[in-house]
Amino acid sequence: MFYFIARRSFFAVILLFVVSIFTFWIFSALPADPAALTCGKNCRPEVIEANRIRLGYDKPFIEQYGSYMKGIFVGRTYGEDESGVHCAAPSLGYSYDRHECVSSLVAKTLPVTASIAFGAFVLWMVFGIALGTLAALRRGKWPDHFATVFSVIGISFPSFFLGLLSVLFFVIWTKILPFPNYVGITENPFEWFTALILPWSVLALLSASTYIRLTRNGILEVMNEEFVRLGIAKGLPRKKLIVKYVLRAALTPIATIAGIDLAFLLGGAIVTESVFNLPGLGKLTIAAVVNSDLPILVATTLISALFIVVANAFVDIMYGFLDPRVRTK
Amino acid sequence: MNTPLLSVRDLHVNFGTSEGDVQAVRGVSFDIDRGETLAIVGESGSGKSVTASAIMRLNFGADIRVSGSALFEGKDILSMGEEEVRKMRGSDVAMIFQDPLTALNPFYTVGNQISEAYTIHHPGTSKKELRALALDAIEKVGIPEPVKRIKQYPHEFSGGMRQRIVIAMALINQPKLLIADEPTTALDVTVQAQILELIGVMQEENGTAVILITHDLGVVAEVTERVLVMYAGRLVEKASVIDAFASPTHPYTRGLLNSVKSLDSDRHSRLEPIPGIPPSLIDLPTGCPFHSRCRYAASLNGRCSTEVPELKAVGNSWSACHLPVDLLAAPIKESL
Repeated sequence: MFYFIARRSFFAVILLFVVSIFTFWIFSALPADPAALTCGKNCRPEVIEANRIRLGYDKPFIEQYGSYMKGIFVGRTYGEDESGVHCAAPSLGYSYDRHECVSSLVAKTLPVTASIAFGAFVLWMVFGIALGTLAALRRGKWPDHFATVFSVIGISFPSFFLGLLSVLFFVIWTKILPFPNYVGITENPFEWFTALILPWSVLALLSASTYIRLTRNGILEVMNEEFVRLGIAKGLPRKKLIVKYVLRAALTPIATIAGIDLAFLLGGAIVTESVFNLPGLGKLTIAAVVNSDLPILVATTLISALFIVVANAFVDIMYGFLDPRVRTK
Repeated sequence: MNTPLLSVRDLHVNFGTSEGDVQAVRGVSFDIDRGETLAIVGESGSGKSVTASAIMRLNFGADIRVSGSALFEGKDILSMGEEEVRKMRGSDVAMIFQDPLTALNPFYTVGNQISEAYTIHHPGTSKKELRALALDAIEKVGIPEPVKRIKQYPHEFSGGMRQRIVIAMALINQPKLLIADEPTTALDVTVQAQILELIGVMQEENGTAVILITHDLGVVAEVTERVLVMYAGRLVEKASVIDAFASPTHPYTRGLLNSVKSLDSDRHSRLEPIPGIPPSLIDLPTGCPFHSRCRYAASLNGRCSTEVPELKAVGNSWSACHLPVDLLAAPIKESL
């Protein structure tokens, strides 16, 4: 098992390395000149050149990549005179547009996105699996029909529509909730909660649909397995049969998908954050696209990639614990 | 008193499908005594497995209708309550399935699953006791190094070993009846013999009655005392093994025997397959279900295609065929 974890982690690191080179290369291959983007339309060429040297864009690609990687581990100073800016490790670049280190921008926005992602994740997992299980066990009866209708709605409605609709209903018409205004959980947990309940619900509603289907189909499939029949033939009580035999086998593969979905969401819930005006990673990314703020885009892309790679490795390792058949291979 | 252990009467099983009713079992009746071995043979789709599942009440589905009765020690399994059936399963009546590779839960150790089979019916057994029981059970079915093996998962065992584990599990509560649904079909020939022998030994030790479902006539000859031959959901012949092999009475049984090769048959002789395929169980033919494949049907002037033959005594056997008794008892000539 130790060997398995070590090997899997090693490959994750290699993969991250490759992904970072590739991401960095794509952004450096763009026709946009990152130095020219550092100052407005009517910029003097001397300023552009000065900024180019200050940000290191004059160096060859490999050197640029090298100092970027080094910056992540030890921090980096842009420029040499007293006007130079120091970004502490992990430095992810400097946004000229915002006059701020990218890492501190990420540090501000990531907690927001993480709050959204984890809350929504818990909601959709609990809700999706519960409803999926109920639908499978009451197949063809009303819980099953309800789950089907529910997941069709969840899959067919776009999140911005559902998001706006929920704001209209809960915030503007009934005034049950205040307008979502993000506050850190340490500052005011209650406000944090009321600001996030709508985005959580909308995201959960959308993803739960998939998990309802996955759970329902998984359970129905496992129910036809021979070992479940043997479980019945042994005289297992129904409850024990469902938990120990059916759910265990049906939910294990779902863990894989769930890990990746969560990682994906951690990279920024772009639409949801925009609809509810939440200052998360997704909103930061969108703003960076609009302003051609390349350092931020490089950083957010790398962060998303990091989450996906780490989640993949984590899920694989978890799978080793969940499924004995994987462990010994 | 001499009541049979299990007495099945007029068992019918229907599956409703979108194409129509599948009449999988149509009026099957038989008895089995304590400690006896009974084989049910037939082609795929003849209803033998469905019959076995019906005795365990293992037929599930939205539209399945089971009728008739199955008296186990005088109590009708088919009309028992759900909880009563559950308590019977695995304790009084146990079952072995065809494919040992898929029959064990892949997520739990073998020891866990064996002791589970015991603890379901004996709640409150201590862990220590359970471990001892599982070790004992696993050793009895001939698995070496039980202490090490008990902690392993099913995928770490070969097919034959897994079937041994399933058998250990089935016998841990010393059931009165063991239903073995093609227990050797998925195994290597060499392993088949070992498993059959194991079932035989365990049966003797516990005095368990065994219903062996198979399409392998070699298996039947080796281990059982009586044979039921099924065709299209009906019993076509009931006989002792010796009678069934030496003087089969039903043309279908003859056909089955002619389509396998035995060691003492002439090595240049050809196998004689039964022509045609079994009828659809949704759209059953009138009369004898076998008539379209039966070479003797023409000699009875259409009676076979209109009238359903009932089981009747032919010598020591029972046969469902319209041919006159004296013709059935004597080997039927090609010239007929």
